Amino acid sequence: MHATGTEAVGVSASASEAVDRAAAGDAGGAILPAIRWSLVRDLRIALRSRAELGVQLLFYVIVVTLFPLATTPERNLLLTMGPGVLWVAALLASLLSLPRLFAGDYADGTLEQIALSPHPLPALVAGKILAHWLTTGLPVVVLAPLLGLQYGMPGDALLVLTVALLLGTPILSLLGAIGAALTLGLRAGGSLLALLVLPLYIPVLIFGAGSVDMWRAGLAVAGNFSLLGAGLLLAIVGAPFAAASAVRIAMD
Amino acid sequence: MLEAQDLAARRGYSQLFTGLSFRVAAGEALVITGANGTGKTTLLRMLAGLSAPTEGIIRWEGRPVAPFDAGLRHALAFAGHSPSLKDELTAEENLTLLVELAGEPVERGAIHAALDAVALGRKRALPARVLSQGQRRRIGLARLRLLRRRLWILDEPVTALDAAGTSLLARLVAEHLDGGGVAVAATHAPLGLPEERVRALALA
Amino acid sequence: MAINWYKYSSPAAFYPLAGRLIPWFGWSAALLTAIGLVVGLGIAPTDFQQGEAYRIIFIHVPAAWMSMFLYLVMAFWGAMALGFNTRLSAMMAQSIAPTGALMTFIALWTGSLWGRPTWGTYWAWDARMTSELILLFLYLGVIALRNAIDDPRRADRACAVLSLVGAINVPIIYYSVKWWNTLHQGSSVSLTAAPKMAAIMLTGMLIMSVAAWFYSIAVSLYRVRAIIVERERDAAWVNALPEVRAT
Repeated sequence: MHATGTEAVGVSASASEAVDRAAAGDAGGAILPAIRWSLVRDLRIALRSRAELGVQLLFYVIVVTLFPLATTPERNLLLTMGPGVLWVAALLASLLSLPRLFAGDYADGTLEQIALSPHPLPALVAGKILAHWLTTGLPVVVLAPLLGLQYGMPGDALLVLTVALLLGTPILSLLGAIGAALTLGLRAGGSLLALLVLPLYIPVLIFGAGSVDMWRAGLAVAGNFSLLGAGLLLAIVGAPFAAASAVRIAMD
Repeated sequence: MLEAQDLAARRGYSQLFTGLSFRVAAGEALVITGANGTGKTTLLRMLAGLSAPTEGIIRWEGRPVAPFDAGLRHALAFAGHSPSLKDELTAEENLTLLVELAGEPVERGAIHAALDAVALGRKRALPARVLSQGQRRRIGLARLRLLRRRLWILDEPVTALDAAGTSLLARLVAEHLDGGGVAVAATHAPLGLPEERVRALALA
Repeated sequence: MAINWYKYSSPAAFYPLAGRLIPWFGWSAALLTAIGLVVGLGIAPTDFQQGEAYRIIFIHVPAAWMSMFLYLVMAFWGAMALGFNTRLSAMMAQSIAPTGALMTFIALWTGSLWGRPTWGTYWAWDARMTSELILLFLYLGVIALRNAIDDPRRADRACAVLSLVGAINVPIIYYSVKWWNTLHQGSSVSLTAAPKMAAIMLTGMLIMSVAAWFYSIAVSLYRVRAIIVERERDAAWVNALPEVRAT
């Protein structure tokens, strides 16, 4: 065990370190390590519970299959419905997994440690959101073109759809994180989360799904993509702070 | 040095306590006792900066601190009700992550040594899911030892610990106080600290 | 005369002030409504395009304006509550939400009724109505969040964050819905495009808007008093109130 003398030296040395660290504040160099910390951790945890990931993708596939069954397999109608259905289904699949973004950490006490960490909380939250998108949004983006074939969409339309989803799904993870943090630990959690997030997400839905329609009408989609990109940037800059704020509120 | 002045707390619509004041100097421990529901956890969380008191001021090293104060976060090691472990990760991974999260450099040898010291050396590659409650708590003790923090805030740290674990905890706290640290704990069990080091606070 | 406004930032001081203000705003609202309805239903001429049905704009448009205005006010009080940590700001935000939702609902309902004779359909998915519907969802979200959180302080702050995020989003939502509408309906008639406005019609709408505004203020003050009494129920001054003593 340690001698008391060295302990004392150790503690007072660390006290001045602590003051230095505090003086340096939360900004700057602490951001990337913080993002890395939560990203790697959440990915590792997700990969060890692989079954959950699979279930969500399966949900996506099933929902997409439901629409023609509920309406008609008629070619032209499917072609019109396709992009919208693929987007809404992506939305629903993501909403399914959003509560889990913070709930696990909230339940086992880790979220308190995260909130009390010297690392900047928005950065820690951003890492979690990125991990969430990689495990839920990205697989949907990869799967969507395949499912688009079910709707008879031609290759170029599928490409437009994929790019739009690539821009839009991270926005969903970012906005959804705010909702997930606000509804932490509440009884009606999941459905309340959907009620809060869906209206906020409508612009992304409109511009994202609308880009395929634009393409089909022969109009330029660059404008749509720019808007989605701008929205993504706005969300990247703002959402981690809003979500961090909401996490702190939930710690009260 | 930790100081509280006229703290008051409300949970929803019930008033937990008012006019609470105390001072804990370096090398001293504040031991909080009280029945369930008297606000021990609420008080600890306030001191840690997780929530704001309804009234009153908290001072750390002479400086008033608001919730999530940066200086306090750098100086604090907080141990809440749950051991803060991820079931899917191993004991070693969990401890490494917690130390990294606290912003301190991590070295594999130190992690192994820390787990050895709490008798978890041979279990370090096991997922936390299969560890007993007492063993999970010991990982928390290993964390406390590894982190160089001046202020320890512990909520029922004796829970699930056996006799060996409890004496280990007592030893850790004593060493921490010897080194000039401050400890605040809500606990029923005597920590075997000398009387003059302990300030008692009973919440009613 | 220097009024110390800060003293009214405590619920105890604001409660009686609100009580004195309510009758002023309430009766003014009633009077203005009466005048507005006379102008709108009686004086304003029949629209040559839409006949008598257009008169519903004298309720529809003020309600729609109020619904958007109240959301911004609610978000403002939320920002005050977050920034200055004052209970009363949060209580004001809490009291405005239901009135805002009501205005949105009225706007939707009257808009729908207007659509029927004018367009042959109760719902035409035009940009303004669709945006109004989404605004209703935003209001209901804030109200639902408030109801779902037991601790009033956490509820205050969570709703403040939500309404601020919503407020930033409202222009984005409106713009996107407008774009969506033009993409799919091209140059179709906008349902809620006002008919060529005679000055008297504009006057009528303005009078009704101010009436709606005063009504909203009166109702919000009334509701905030109830909220104050409920949330401050442990305070001595509340228990000394005659209306509380009587129960």
